[in-house]
Amino acid sequence: MKKIFALTLVLILLAALFSAPLSAQDRWDGSDDLATNPLECGMMSDMGDMYDYDDEDEDADDDMGMMEYDGGQPAMGDDMAGMDIVLVDVPKLVGIGYFAATTQGQQQAAAELGNVTVTTDAPTEANIDDQIQVIDSYITQGVDGILFAANDPVAIAPVLRSALEAGIHVVGYDANSEPDAREWFVNQAEFNGIAKAMIDSLVEQMDVDASFGIVTSTFTTPNQARWIAEMWAYASGCYPELEWLETLEAQEDAVLSFQQAQTLINKYGDDLDGIFAMTSVATPNSADAVQQAGLCEDIAVVGLATPNDMKPYVNQGCVRDVILWNPVDLGYAAVYVMRAVIDGEFAPGDTSVMAGRLGELMVVNGSEVLLGPPFIFTADNINDFDF
Amino acid sequence: MKPIPNQTIGERLRRLAFRQEGVLFFIMLAAALFLASRTDKFLTVDNLLQQGRFMTEVGLIAIPMTYIIITGGIDLSVGSILGLTAIVLGWTWQELGFPLELAIIIGIASGTAAGLVNGLFIVRVGVPPLMMTLATLALYRGLAEGISQAKSARGYPEWFFQLGQGETLGIPTQLWLLLIAVIVFAVMLARTRLGRALYAIGNNETGARFSGLRVNRTLLLIYAFSGLMSAIAGTIFVSRVSTTRSDMGMGIELDVIAAVVLGGTSIFGGSGSIAGTIIGVALIQLLKNGLALTGVTSDATIIVIGSVLIFAILVNNFIQSRRLEG
Repeated sequence: MKKIFALTLVLILLAALFSAPLSAQDRWDGSDDLATNPLECGMMSDMGDMYDYDDEDEDADDDMGMMEYDGGQPAMGDDMAGMDIVLVDVPKLVGIGYFAATTQGQQQAAAELGNVTVTTDAPTEANIDDQIQVIDSYITQGVDGILFAANDPVAIAPVLRSALEAGIHVVGYDANSEPDAREWFVNQAEFNGIAKAMIDSLVEQMDVDASFGIVTSTFTTPNQARWIAEMWAYASGCYPELEWLETLEAQEDAVLSFQQAQTLINKYGDDLDGIFAMTSVATPNSADAVQQAGLCEDIAVVGLATPNDMKPYVNQGCVRDVILWNPVDLGYAAVYVMRAVIDGEFAPGDTSVMAGRLGELMVVNGSEVLLGPPFIFTADNINDFDF
Repeated sequence: MKPIPNQTIGERLRRLAFRQEGVLFFIMLAAALFLASRTDKFLTVDNLLQQGRFMTEVGLIAIPMTYIIITGGIDLSVGSILGLTAIVLGWTWQELGFPLELAIIIGIASGTAAGLVNGLFIVRVGVPPLMMTLATLALYRGLAEGISQAKSARGYPEWFFQLGQGETLGIPTQLWLLLIAVIVFAVMLARTRLGRALYAIGNNETGARFSGLRVNRTLLLIYAFSGLMSAIAGTIFVSRVSTTRSDMGMGIELDVIAAVVLGGTSIFGGSGSIAGTIIGVALIQLLKNGLALTGVTSDATIIVIGSVLIFAILVNNFIQSRRLEG
């Protein structure tokens, strides 16, 4: 009898494995299947030129034409122009350095503006349903504006739409929702820019035929999936000899990230030249795994992370480049965008918005505000940052 | 149970009030009144209905969980079954191109089958429920991730959202489902042979066997029932958030078990009720929401909820022991 049931279970497993679409897609695991828009080949030192906005707009125009504003609009509420406003900020989760930094930037902007109060509140785990419930309770409570970083672009959309219906202004940052569920999204860096910086860094450190693995959050997390797709597109075009080995999921979990990096090291041994770490949790823990294995010279860890987490590895020379934007600026920009929207100074159709010390930020992709080119932390500058 | 003939109405009410569910109900009432006194946004029809919408999935799964815990078992795989159902639904609809109605049926059938597999191994092979469902907690989640290939299915037709986002007769659609399920399965537990069999198994499984109860069939039935309800909850969840992800329902088993145990069901089996469970589910949801509305942040809220859980269980234990002595 036992055998029959064991057999049944094995059969179910096999059936599931084989019936799953044996995807013939060439993209690396963890990519999404959206269109990619890789930047031109070239080394990081040329990045400044690559990020001339005019050039980029022309490139974008060639591909898709100027996009119409595709955001949503709130129901008519009270005109709060110039008045004190209360905002709530709902990041993916609280208790990690990255969102502590965006919160810091929001508070700086609020202090500069003087007529904005921002409270940050989010679940302690990056859980779609908990985030929805937090936002819902602030809609009931009544605020003037909601800033969010979505755990899932589609799942968060209905609750954001009901915020708009209630006359609440909605601006996203860090992780987008469906465009019509919010007015604007502050894009920290375009995906192709980050992708290029990551690939270029690995090529510079380990040459054009390096083999690498990827540690990501989950295959469906929107930002990570987009970056991996753009990395694939840029690498296929510029460095076809690069060899992708495997992508592993590590949620945004420290222990799991360490283990997944170790898995790559143990599984591929000498064949592994690099690890791309796609989250701010995966990067320091991958670096830690490489350092503990004593392979700092042999494996380049290139990833996205906050400087404080990476200082030990960068200062000891185990990691050369940490790629990111400045999350303090990101939070700061989100509050300025929200203030400009409420004051009526930034409306659909505008091509730029003024954001305090950051100056003029450009509108891209219809209803997104671009923060700027990615920022690369190295041993030369990492100690100047504290977040 | 039949009322004792010589009891006055007052005495009967008193007995009811001091039962475990009665005490818990008063704790919930006190908490609700306290929260209402702190903010006028809490005790409104709209808000309460919205909270009903949010608690439906946990509520639906808590019903079979109560049954299972009464028999002295546990089902940790409910969250994974929820996720698996969601993925099967999305995958058969989007990748295989089945009509959505059929995809829903296939999804619910596979969830039920997943519960049945739990039951078969527990009953026939004798794997302890904790171990079996801990294993399938990982296995079903893995299946969901494998089938989905990390893709999420989106863009469902408008009618499907009626279930999770719409209203029927002014009340969130899924809340009707929960109400009906609660009434039907509360009566089934309290008034039928099947219900009494569950208590008998929980109190003394060997005794139940020798009394001629079909223990194996009953257990098989309730684990499959657990799969079915998790699958229905999964379908509602997909409709509510309008997408499928393989991480859906992760951790929901703990919310469900917390509510069931708070509702007075003994984790050792043998006692418990659906009424208590539903009050437990509602109490946790009202606390979460009410605290958020009074400006307590999410991280502080979970601390308060944990404390209230301990407090409620202590108060209840105290009153129950006094009642038994008196």
